[in-house]
Amino acid sequence: MLSANLSAIFYLVSGILFILALRGLSSPETSRQGNFFGILGMIIAITVTFLSVGNFSTGFVVVLIFLLIGGLIGAFIAYKIPMTAMPELVAGFHSLVGLAAVFVAIAAFLNPDAFNLGSPGNIRLGSLIEMSIGAAVGAITFSGSIIAFLKLQGIMSGSPITFKGQHPLNALILISIIVLTYLLCSTQSSNLFWILLAVSFLIGFLLIIPIGGADMPVVISMLNSYSGWAAAGIGFTLENTALIITGALVGSSGAILSYIMCKGMNRSFFNVILGGFGATEQTSSQNKEQRPVKNGNADDAAFLMKNASSVIIVPGYGMAVAQAQHALREMVDTLKKNDIKVSYAIHPVAGRMPGHMNVLLAEANVPYDEVFELEEINNDFANADVAFVIGANDVTNPVAKTDPQSPIYGMPVLDVEKCKSVLFVKRSLSPGYAGIDNDLFYKENTLMLFADAKKMTEDITKNL
Amino acid sequence: MEIDPFIFRLSIFVLSIFIGYYVVWSVTPSLHTPLMSVTNAISSVIIVGAIIAGLAGNSDSIFNTSSIFGFLAISLAAINIFGGFLVTQRMLAMYKKKKKDK
Repeated sequence: MLSANLSAIFYLVSGILFILALRGLSSPETSRQGNFFGILGMIIAITVTFLSVGNFSTGFVVVLIFLLIGGLIGAFIAYKIPMTAMPELVAGFHSLVGLAAVFVAIAAFLNPDAFNLGSPGNIRLGSLIEMSIGAAVGAITFSGSIIAFLKLQGIMSGSPITFKGQHPLNALILISIIVLTYLLCSTQSSNLFWILLAVSFLIGFLLIIPIGGADMPVVISMLNSYSGWAAAGIGFTLENTALIITGALVGSSGAILSYIMCKGMNRSFFNVILGGFGATEQTSSQNKEQRPVKNGNADDAAFLMKNASSVIIVPGYGMAVAQAQHALREMVDTLKKNDIKVSYAIHPVAGRMPGHMNVLLAEANVPYDEVFELEEINNDFANADVAFVIGANDVTNPVAKTDPQSPIYGMPVLDVEKCKSVLFVKRSLSPGYAGIDNDLFYKENTLMLFADAKKMTEDITKNL
Repeated sequence: MEIDPFIFRLSIFVLSIFIGYYVVWSVTPSLHTPLMSVTNAISSVIIVGAIIAGLAGNSDSIFNTSSIFGFLAISLAAINIFGGFLVTQRMLAMYKKKKKDK
């Protein structure tokens, strides 16, 4: 049996390895090593726990069996999941962390002796508070992530669900959580503990339903953060350094990602959380008169690109939906053979979660040093000959810079219109999720290519 | 006067938030998706609590309510640990630099 002090040191080591795991992600070269540190940290933490409990009887075998079952399921999912489904996967994983936190809190509440927290009905006050916070946040993470998962998967409609009195109701429930925690701590009643859990599950559900499908990048990041705080809460209960460090890391990581996503859409965090976006603005732009657009085909597009010396590709979620990333890379390969310089421009909120588009391009074997973020590439549009917009819309809309009335005014956009010519692959003229018309469609130098993204890209390649 | 051990843990917590803040800002935006999947995996270190709960049963009753919740939590966390690290690895393996000759 490992002494408490020695195991605490090992937990510290695994906490540090987790920090290094995140640190490794500062560049793709060091990232694989970082992931290895993470795995090592996890192995140390689990081994130390077994050694410190020191119980290698039948219970140990059962624990190993459950560990193995989970591990096999996890490994199976990890190898099977398509990269386009990454947002759903991450949302699903968040829900599991949340539920695991709830289960650990329940186990600790029912059997506090095992965790040195006192005895049932007489749990130390500090531990009980920490436990309640961990359980409540875990429950919110669970039910919130389930809703996010269902919305991303398309099982549930992505449109925001709002009803009258929603915000007061949510506020009321949040207050009741605080009151319940207080009552639980003063009475130690197990009924209150169950009610607290039920109410927390409910609020997680209610908090996410009013948020529209297009805001899911923020929601996923936010739930990422919650799962961290839940882990930290449990970490305090268990007096476990590894868990406290990890919880804090994950919590701040998710918070930063939410901030980056909100900034990418020029919306405040509260604006996103309070929800309902995408439902209200839609009506204002519908009754605009039709303006003429220039309509082109694959032949025209190929001609333009062949005569260009530099091309910038602007991919959006539509590209992923059409599964056009491989066709796109083939087109780019052909262009490069003709000595045309090609780069990719990624908007922060392209795709459905932070960095999603980069993963999809990486999967299609696009080298990561050809892929640029908005700030890195925005000045290059003025010098480029052709911008090829595929599956993106709102993130290129110049209205964000010119029209203070527009709902997306102030959102950072890619300066696509500064290119000599713009090729816009799209199924129809329909507006993007923000429900506003894109001025870019009607510009003199824009050629609209109305087709499925994948088919159009393949046709262009044939014509090159 | 003695300092409550809680204060030490709180200090670790607060300092870790700061570490997290600076480390995460240095993560390149192109790796934000792997960042989320790896944070998912490491937050499942909550499995240590689940293992303690799972092992707490005595030899006559391995399956009491508390340890059953522990066992379930072990499986949930294990899905995340294996799934999270492996999917991260799978993604990171795809990030390649430009090849000069083809």
